Amino acid sequence: MRILVIEDDEDVASYIIKALEEAGHNATLAVTGKQGLFLATTEDFDVLVVDRMLPAPDGLSIIRTLRASDDFTPALLLSALGEVSDRVKGLKAGGDDYLTKPFAASELIARLEALTRRVANTSHGTDPRLALGDLEMDLLARSVKRDGKEITLQPREFRLLEYLMRNSGNVVTRTMLLEHVWDYYFDPQTNVIDVHISRLRQKIDKEFETQLIHTVRGAGYTLRTSQP
Amino acid sequence: MNLPLLLRSASFRLMLIYIILFGGSAAILLGFLYWAIAGTLSEQVDETINADIKGLAEQYERLGTPGVAAIISERVRKDQGGRTVYLLTDRLRRRMVGNLSNWPTATPDSRGWIEFELQDRDSSHGELSLARARSFVLQGGLNLLVGREVHVLVRTRDLVINTIIWGIAITIALALAGGIAMSRTTARRIESINQTSREISQGALDRRIPTRGTDDEFDRLSAQLNEMLDRNQSLMEGLRHVSDNIAHDLRTPLTRLRQTLEGIKDSGLNDTSQTARIEKAIEEADSLLSIFNALLRISQIEAGGRRENFAKVDLKELVTDVADLYEPVAAEKSQIFNMRCDAAAEVFGDRDLLFQAIANLADNAIKYSSPESAITVHAADRTISVSDTGPGIPYNAHKDVFNRFYRLETARSTPGTGLGLSLVEAVAHLHEGSVYLEDNHPGLRVIFCLQ
Repeated sequence: MRILVIEDDEDVASYIIKALEEAGHNATLAVTGKQGLFLATTEDFDVLVVDRMLPAPDGLSIIRTLRASDDFTPALLLSALGEVSDRVKGLKAGGDDYLTKPFAASELIARLEALTRRVANTSHGTDPRLALGDLEMDLLARSVKRDGKEITLQPREFRLLEYLMRNSGNVVTRTMLLEHVWDYYFDPQTNVIDVHISRLRQKIDKEFETQLIHTVRGAGYTLRTSQP
Repeated sequence: MNLPLLLRSASFRLMLIYIILFGGSAAILLGFLYWAIAGTLSEQVDETINADIKGLAEQYERLGTPGVAAIISERVRKDQGGRTVYLLTDRLRRRMVGNLSNWPTATPDSRGWIEFELQDRDSSHGELSLARARSFVLQGGLNLLVGREVHVLVRTRDLVINTIIWGIAITIALALAGGIAMSRTTARRIESINQTSREISQGALDRRIPTRGTDDEFDRLSAQLNEMLDRNQSLMEGLRHVSDNIAHDLRTPLTRLRQTLEGIKDSGLNDTSQTARIEKAIEEADSLLSIFNALLRISQIEAGGRRENFAKVDLKELVTDVADLYEPVAAEKSQIFNMRCDAAAEVFGDRDLLFQAIANLADNAIKYSSPESAITVHAADRTISVSDTGPGIPYNAHKDVFNRFYRLETARSTPGTGLGLSLVEAVAHLHEGSVYLEDNHPGLRVIFCLQ
């Protein structure tokens, strides 16, 4: 993935660049808003990482300018404030995701991968069927089968599995699950998500030899057919 | 102001004491006036009668019985208005001459004074006439009764008594009305001080007591209190700024620490035992960061600048989602998680913050209750309650638990930051609501009310 990082804080910038390169991505850094906007309009990137607080133009203005010129490259906003109202402002300005500093590198990478995948999904049209190995999901009939056997899921478990399926092969973090499956931006005191994942595992993985739901230490979960 | 409240008012009680003292002295003063007027009036009558008797006695000595009898008849004849009483009898009190048919039956006092009703007198006032007379025994053993009709005197006396009673009654009524009015004025000014203190203790630290600019003692007291409140507010804000700044400033080095640790972890160290230790260190850094974030978040919510995100929130949906998220957590501890919705209202608020608040309460209930206990989330109208059957919280700590970092001694072994309920309270206040604890017999019930 070609990623443009617009960030003026040296420490944060080098941390992001290093993490992205280690994950095998091609990262370009812009240290001012002006330089960032120039690069974003002249070169082609898969995803943008934009700090909200930049010397003029700030992150929101950059995204607004890009969207105004029909550039819909997915953008993730970084913010030190982390208040919901800031998130709403950022999303209204045309940002696609929002991450509060400090964040774990794994969280950033998981979100960036989900963003590019989301774009890929929408461009392929909406297939009502999702499949991974012997696991099949019919979104219209709302049925799940593994190895031909019907599995009954609660509505929320269904949405959880759907989100994991759509992001299969990638890491999804606990906060990503809360935001997309439960649709709340909040800070759970305990790892409530783990309990829901373990319930889902009981139904999806328990009676089968190959485990599909894998825990990624310090990051979250991933759905895949085999160990990488 | 209702009556019991009025009676409890110090200024009204002071006024009552004043009324009693003032009314008492007025009564004494008027009583003396009565005594003086009535006394003078009856003295005059008595003197007239005495002089009359003395004159008749002298006439008797000079002219004897027929002379006196003639004088009496003459006087009776002249007295057309019936204002006099004359009766001359023999030793056996048989009437000889006079305008009274019988000797009055009333017993005279030691000095021979007697008061009686004039029954045979044609009353011009349409009521019984009263007479005051004195009996006198002439030298020949004849009984002489001389008196005056004292109706006017009695009437005057009654008038004076009535005037005094009415006077006192009007004085007391006026004083009472004035007292109520004055104590209300005072009470109103004190109430405005009370109201302000109440609002301040409920969190509106910027409220001040209104002054009238009259520079009276209330104004000066209010100004003094306002000055004190200003100082308190600036001290408290200073304290909060310090803690916010600490939290804010420590976040950056902590973030770097975390990044360094992640760097070490990812730098291809194959020693798994070292990796596990580094992961442990990252977890610790994360929990520190989450404490700082929570602290800053509470401050930001308390600052109240988050209303731009307010929208209609369906409480039923919110509570259902909390239950959906936390029911499996409770089930893992073999706890029963119940959810009840009785006509939950739609409120205007911040959906994510309300969810966070109710989630915190559900999380606490699960965390602090023993396995196999029951947890109930109940939504009715604009109130959400979360009850458990756990160990509860002693009553004297019901307020303290909302303080930042406050933790019960018994809860110290359970993981937690002591910020969960502070956040819940901040969210409640942001929505102009309140949150308080109740005993669930056994266990705890947290009631979260929205305005």
